[in-house]
Amino acid sequence: MNGFLSPEEWTAIGLSLKVSSVATLVSLPVGIAMAMLLARGRFFGRTLLDGLVHLPLVMPPVVTGYLLLLAFGRKGPLGAFFEHTFGLVFAFRWTGAALACGVMGFPLMVRAIRLSIESIDHKLEQAASTLGAGRALVFLTVTLPLALPGILAGVVLSFARALGEFGATITFVSNIPGQTQTMPSAIYALIQTPDGDAAALRLTAISIAISLAALVLSEFLARRVTRGGAA
Amino acid sequence: MTLSIAIRQQLGPFSLDVALETGPGVTALFGRSGSGKTSLVNLVAGLSRPDQGRIVLDGRTLVDTERSIFVPAGKRRIGYVFQEGRLFPHLSVRSNLLYGRWLTPQARRWGGLDEVVDLLGIGALMARMPRDLSGGEKQRVAIGRALLSSPDCLLMDEPLAALDRERKAEILPFIERLRDAKRLPIVYVSHSVEEVARLADTVALIEAGRVAAIGPVGEVFARLDAIGEWEAGAVLEATVLAQDPEAGVTRLDHPAGSLVVPSIDAPIGKRLRIRIRARDVTLAVGEPGRLSVRNRLRAEIVSIGEGRGHDVGIRLSVGGEPMLARVTRDAVRDLELVPGLAVIALVKAVALDGI
Repeated sequence: MNGFLSPEEWTAIGLSLKVSSVATLVSLPVGIAMAMLLARGRFFGRTLLDGLVHLPLVMPPVVTGYLLLLAFGRKGPLGAFFEHTFGLVFAFRWTGAALACGVMGFPLMVRAIRLSIESIDHKLEQAASTLGAGRALVFLTVTLPLALPGILAGVVLSFARALGEFGATITFVSNIPGQTQTMPSAIYALIQTPDGDAAALRLTAISIAISLAALVLSEFLARRVTRGGAA
Repeated sequence: MTLSIAIRQQLGPFSLDVALETGPGVTALFGRSGSGKTSLVNLVAGLSRPDQGRIVLDGRTLVDTERSIFVPAGKRRIGYVFQEGRLFPHLSVRSNLLYGRWLTPQARRWGGLDEVVDLLGIGALMARMPRDLSGGEKQRVAIGRALLSSPDCLLMDEPLAALDRERKAEILPFIERLRDAKRLPIVYVSHSVEEVARLADTVALIEAGRVAAIGPVGEVFARLDAIGEWEAGAVLEATVLAQDPEAGVTRLDHPAGSLVVPSIDAPIGKRLRIRIRARDVTLAVGEPGRLSVRNRLRAEIVSIGEGRGHDVGIRLSVGGEPMLARVTRDAVRDLELVPGLAVIALVKAVALDGI
């Protein structure tokens, strides 16, 4: 296999998988909380919050990337906060790529989870509470398991979006091989170089293969979850 | 164990204003759909809040709006059996049953899994998922799940309403056993006269969010004004004397005479309630001849109602218990029926096909 792909190409693939996985896993708890809030919360400004969550879906990715750069760059207010408090730097690092990917995939994830939470019969949660469960336990033992198909769908959508994310990432963290050069950035760079066609095609094929594998895996998991109980 | 309720709640144009106290045994909340029965039990369970009032279960204050007390549903120790079962679709029957038990502290648990499973006859279902159960099975599991949370009181909201006649007949004996075996107060919501007559000790008639009448089941059901002329009737207590499977009947003993009813699955010596609707009673003055009517009870006329239409309600006393008959005014005149007259009350056995 090593002969098939150059070390740079392997790096891009590895980085892409790492960035997408981290982006998806870190945004998952936040996504579940946000979906729960939007599905069940009754508070002032819910529509506004809903709009904000959906913004990255409708804004040009370059705009999202630029806003991230302003906020999370080393001189940005949030970037400075994270650097001082946690020693976490986003600018021109793979962590920044993961942040950009997570933000871009967030609306899709929240949407899928929210829909499945909304479809859960609230009466089941009431039944759980009459059996002695407090709110946290009702959520953990009834809401969460019943929302599992939606959570799975949200994870797959967000992961796929992260894998393909280009505009926001390149705007926010540039295109540094080994650091922020994910597959789409690598393909883009290869197309710009005179002899890059063959390599670009190879990465394209890998891209398709990973996407397909993710789809098949999610289909398989969704079927197992459904068979396991949730109707 | 008493449950005392005094609450007010405004639900859109509908207002609920109820004060009642229940004793041990089964208290039925009886009334048409939309009369506020379910809203009332939801308040008791803690699934909604009253605008004003108190709910106290055996000295434990669950709600008191004046003192800003509201015990959340999860801490009330009140079991709730819903009309649609509401089993958790992602859990097996066993896990459904154990859900509440798992959340109950060891020291407060009563009744074991085996005991409840036996009582409800659900041993064979344990490994199944709720979607593979019939309606009747689901309801039995739902009852078991509520029982295994070791509640101080059990609420049942039309637990049989979604079931057909046969499934009802399958579950009623379980609820009767529950009533007799456990000294657990049960609040039973229903709009079915048959169910209430068979199960309840006390009936609270709920009308448009108010308690229109409350009292022992025999008294309330004998009130024409309370439950309507069509359904009014007597509820007699009788003891199982013999089973006659060949004839498909059960013979019961009552102080005023023996009764023959379509087969009831109950052991000899068991006390049962039989509801006899006023419109199913025929009166005879003097011993009637050979008739197909199986049931003849010695009765005395207590009073004769004043009907304006073609019929009147007649109050009878059978062995000291009240009973109602509905006959035409023409018959009253012809037979010269007057209070104090001894009569024979005739009831066709087929009219007593309780449930």
